[in-house]
This record gives sequence, structure tokens and C-alpha cells, in this order.
Amino acid sequence: MQIYVCVKHVPDTAATINISGDTGYKDTACKFIINPYDEYAVEEAVQRVEKAGSGEVIVVTVGPEAAVSTMRAAMAMGAHRGILVKVQSQFLDSTLTSLALKAAIEQDGDGAPDIIFTGKNAVDTEGFQTQYRLAAAMNLPVVSEVVHLEINNGQAVVEREVGGGTREVLEMKLPCIVGATKGLNEPRYPKFPDIMKAKKKEIKEFDFDQLGLDTAVDQTELLKLEAVPERSSAQIMQGSIREQVIELVRILREDDKVL
Amino acid sequence: MAKIGVLIETEKDEIKKTNFGTITAARDGGKNEVVALLLGVDANLAQEALAAYGAQKIVQVSVDGADLLSSPDLQARALADVIHHFALEGLVGLASARGRDVFARLGALLNVTLASDCVGINFDEKTVRKSHFSGKTIATIKLSSSLLLCALRPNAIEAQEAPVDAQVESYAASAEDPGLVKILEVKKGGSQKMDLTEADVIITGGRPIDAAENYKMLEECAELLGAAVGASRAAVDAGFAPHSMQVGQTGKTVSPRLYIGCGLSGSVQHFAGMKTSKVIVGINTDKDAPIFQKCDYGIIADMFEVVPVLTEVLREHAGK
Repeated sequence: MQIYVCVKHVPDTAATINISGDTGYKDTACKFIINPYDEYAVEEAVQRVEKAGSGEVIVVTVGPEAAVSTMRAAMAMGAHRGILVKVQSQFLDSTLTSLALKAAIEQDGDGAPDIIFTGKNAVDTEGFQTQYRLAAAMNLPVVSEVVHLEINNGQAVVEREVGGGTREVLEMKLPCIVGATKGLNEPRYPKFPDIMKAKKKEIKEFDFDQLGLDTAVDQTELLKLEAVPERSSAQIMQGSIREQVIELVRILREDDKVL
Repeated sequence: MAKIGVLIETEKDEIKKTNFGTITAARDGGKNEVVALLLGVDANLAQEALAAYGAQKIVQVSVDGADLLSSPDLQARALADVIHHFALEGLVGLASARGRDVFARLGALLNVTLASDCVGINFDEKTVRKSHFSGKTIATIKLSSSLLLCALRPNAIEAQEAPVDAQVESYAASAEDPGLVKILEVKKGGSQKMDLTEADVIITGGRPIDAAENYKMLEECAELLGAAVGASRAAVDAGFAPHSMQVGQTGKTVSPRLYIGCGLSGSVQHFAGMKTSKVIVGINTDKDAPIFQKCDYGIIADMFEVVPVLTEVLREHAGK
């Protein structure tokens, strides 16, 4: 099995985002991690190859040079090697990202993936669409937000949650693209020897411009990034528990009119 | 005046009420003409409700000889044809699990820019506002394509009634299923009564709930609140609740009118999924819990003491 996993290098979800200028933020001030949903994608790919007893897991990233640390984290989880397409912006449009991913995958080896895994979305831009654009560009079937996957005789049967605990079961032929989310598996914590081993694994690097992509496509443009002000401290209720609850219900009903 | 389509989501042949906010957004204060689109559902059932919020035209979309509900790619292709046929300048809908999926398929199919999970649209400037960095920042994004595609976070825009006379018609879209993905089955959820992302009120239990059966206490209260019950990541990871109940990063993003968090510490990751709630109440024994620094009202006490009293007080109100 030849499995590609698309992984994004993103600021830690717990990091404070310090905005600078209209659309920038101080990326030197925050810790970067592998996009949390991509961990499910890497884990699933590694488990599939482990189970098959053969095959290769290749991490594909579109990001800055610093993204190598995220790729190493994926390799410590068991991915075999990586391909990095270098771009400056954290906010590269999803169509351009998908074209870069496609080019990176197609130039690699025989360019014939059995499966491509992604996370369901990236926690920085929260776009929910790169995997679909990649699928359209490569003419492959895609399902995202997948919580269960079974592969038999070249067919993938996946499940996704659609709300209220309801699940859809979908079927597609391999090769296909699967957008992973929580529930698909339990991502492993790499052990120290795996982290050391990952440092020696191969990463092929390209510059985005080197790929010769047609960039004359409709793109989104980030015009402004603003911090969301946190609420101020809570108004703490006073008195006995019953008194506190009665006052709270009164406020919610009469003042805020949300009950 | 722009002609804007609204993809209406239904559940068991009923219109989800979060659609109404989407229609309000699409109307843009009456500046746009709204065409409500229903896929594979009887549009007459929905006429009254959709007209009450300002949908001038209601179109029941089908594809001859095919089951639209069996293939998400077929839905996207049918919508592409609908957009062309009715000369729509934009399509908006809900960023629910199904909505995010079909909008992404459509954006990819047409090579059109898309913004998903938006909390606001500016039709004049063709910009949207949406969360970036797990709700810590709001981005203003320009959509450069001539067709405006936008999926809105459920409940992000308050529905406003704007009654009109709606015209109902059926349209057989010309679309072919590429045969890539097939929906085999829809497995109904078990005990959960209400979809979290649809709920106006949510009451959530964190790790201190301590056992799956203790969610009954929240369910009782939820019934009186008209609320859905949620869970924190810690409670889900401890096995007290299914993942479908999880709110926050790696769970659901919700935007209810009222969010009551019981035994929640108030992590950044949890807030990423619920900070656009209108009013947030925290109940926690720890007066230093971060939740009290960023919610509206707090009760510093054990949820096992507070929630039954809340249920009792709500019952007294209901009895009046």
C-alpha cells in the first residue's frame, strides 16, 4: 500500500495569537504542532501499512521550512518519509494548496496512491475544503469527517457523523481520499527511539514556484485578522444555592431573555 | 438586487429551524431575492415556514431516474445545474456536517471560492467573517469568484421573520452521478434527542460528571430548558459520553443562545467550540477555574448540588 498523508503545520491550539498588522500574526511567538486532525490521518495510514505488512506512508506538507518539525512528528508516529512544498504564507488558498499537494504526490515514485488521508480541517484557517479540491483535481472519490473505515477488496466503507448521533455509511472505490476526525483511532504517542529514528528519515523539498502550477485560479484573500475579545470575568451569583439558582434563572429570563 | 439560493436542510422531512437564520442572512435586509432549494423533499411541506422568513421562491429539486439522497456528488452536480438554471449569484447554506460536505464538493466542482463555517456575510463587498485559529481570531475573507458560496455556522445569524408570498415549483436538474461515492445507509442515533449544533440551549457536563449514568441528571434539566446535552473532551475520553456529544476542538462547534457548562474548567480547546454562544454560564467547585474568567455568570458550587435545584426551579416556573 502506498499511502500519502497530507499534514499541516499549525500554531498550537492553546497558543495565544498575537496579531500584527492587518493580516499577520507573530508566528515566532507561538509553538507549532501537527494539525490535531492530521494525527488521526497519520495514525490510520501507519496502522494500515503495519497491518498489511508492506507499503509506505509518505507525509506531504505545504508550508514553511519550519514545517519540517511537524513532518518529523508524523514520522515519529511511523510515517516513512516526507515531501515538503515550501510556501511563505500560513494562509495559502485551498485551491493552490490542493494543486501543490497533487503535484507533490504525482511527481513522487510511480505517483499512484492507494489512499490519501487528510485531517477533516486545519485548526488555523478552518477551511474544511482542501481534501475536496484535491479529490476534484485528481478525479478521486472523497469523504471527510470519517470516524470509521473498513477496506475490503479495493472498496472502502466509511462512516461519518451527521449530527444527533446519526451516522452515514458510505462506500467508495480505492484509490480514494479520506478526511479523518476524532473517533477513527487513538493516535499514538511516539517513543524516544522513534523520535530519534524520525530525524534520519528522508524529506524531499520543493519550492512552490518550482512546481510550475497554473496559479491563475479564483482565490480567497484574507483581508483582516482580528482578535476575538474574551468575555470579562463572570458575574458570580451569591447566597445559598437555591438563591443563586433563582437569581440566575431570573437574569436569564428577564434581563438576557435567553430562556 | 442579487438572486441568492439557500440550500435548505431537512431532518426526517422537517425543516431544521437553523435554516431560518440562513434565509435571514441571504435576504440581507430585503436587498436580495431568496430562492430556497430543497433536495428530494416535498417543497409544499415547507412552503409556509420558509415564506414566513422571506423565501420568495421555493424549488423542489430532483434528478430524473436518480435518488439525490444516495450520492453527495450528485447533489453537488444538481446544485451546479440549479445555480445555472436559476441564474443564482450566490448559494448559502448551513455549515452542518452535510452542509460542509456538499458545499466543499460544489466549490471543488465549479472551481469557485468557498468559505465554510462563516458567522457573517457582506454581499456588497463579497466578504465573509469566520473563525481562524480555533475561535481566537475572526478573519475577514474576500471571495473572488463571481458566484458567492458560503456555508454559515448554525445559529450564528438570528432568524428574523419577513413574511412573503412564496411561489413553489419543482425542477428536474440535469446532472449525472460520477459514481464515486455512494451513501449505503443512514444509522439513526441512539438516545440523543437533539442535534447539538441545532440546539438553542445546551447544558454540558465535564469530567466531574464521573459516570455515564449521571448525564441523566443533565437530561432531566435539559428537558425543561429545551436543551441538548453536551460533554467535554475529558468526559468523552473517560468513556462517560459518546464522541457525538463532544463540544469543542475535535468535537462540535456550537453557537446556542444559552450555554451552561457544568464542571468545565474552561480550556481554550473547549471554548473554541462554544465561545460564540450568546450567554455562557459556568458551574464549577473551583473558584479559580479559567471558565469564570471568560463566561457571563458563574455559580461556584458542585454541579451535583446545583443542577437538581436548577431543574426544580425551572419546574416551578413551568408549573406557573
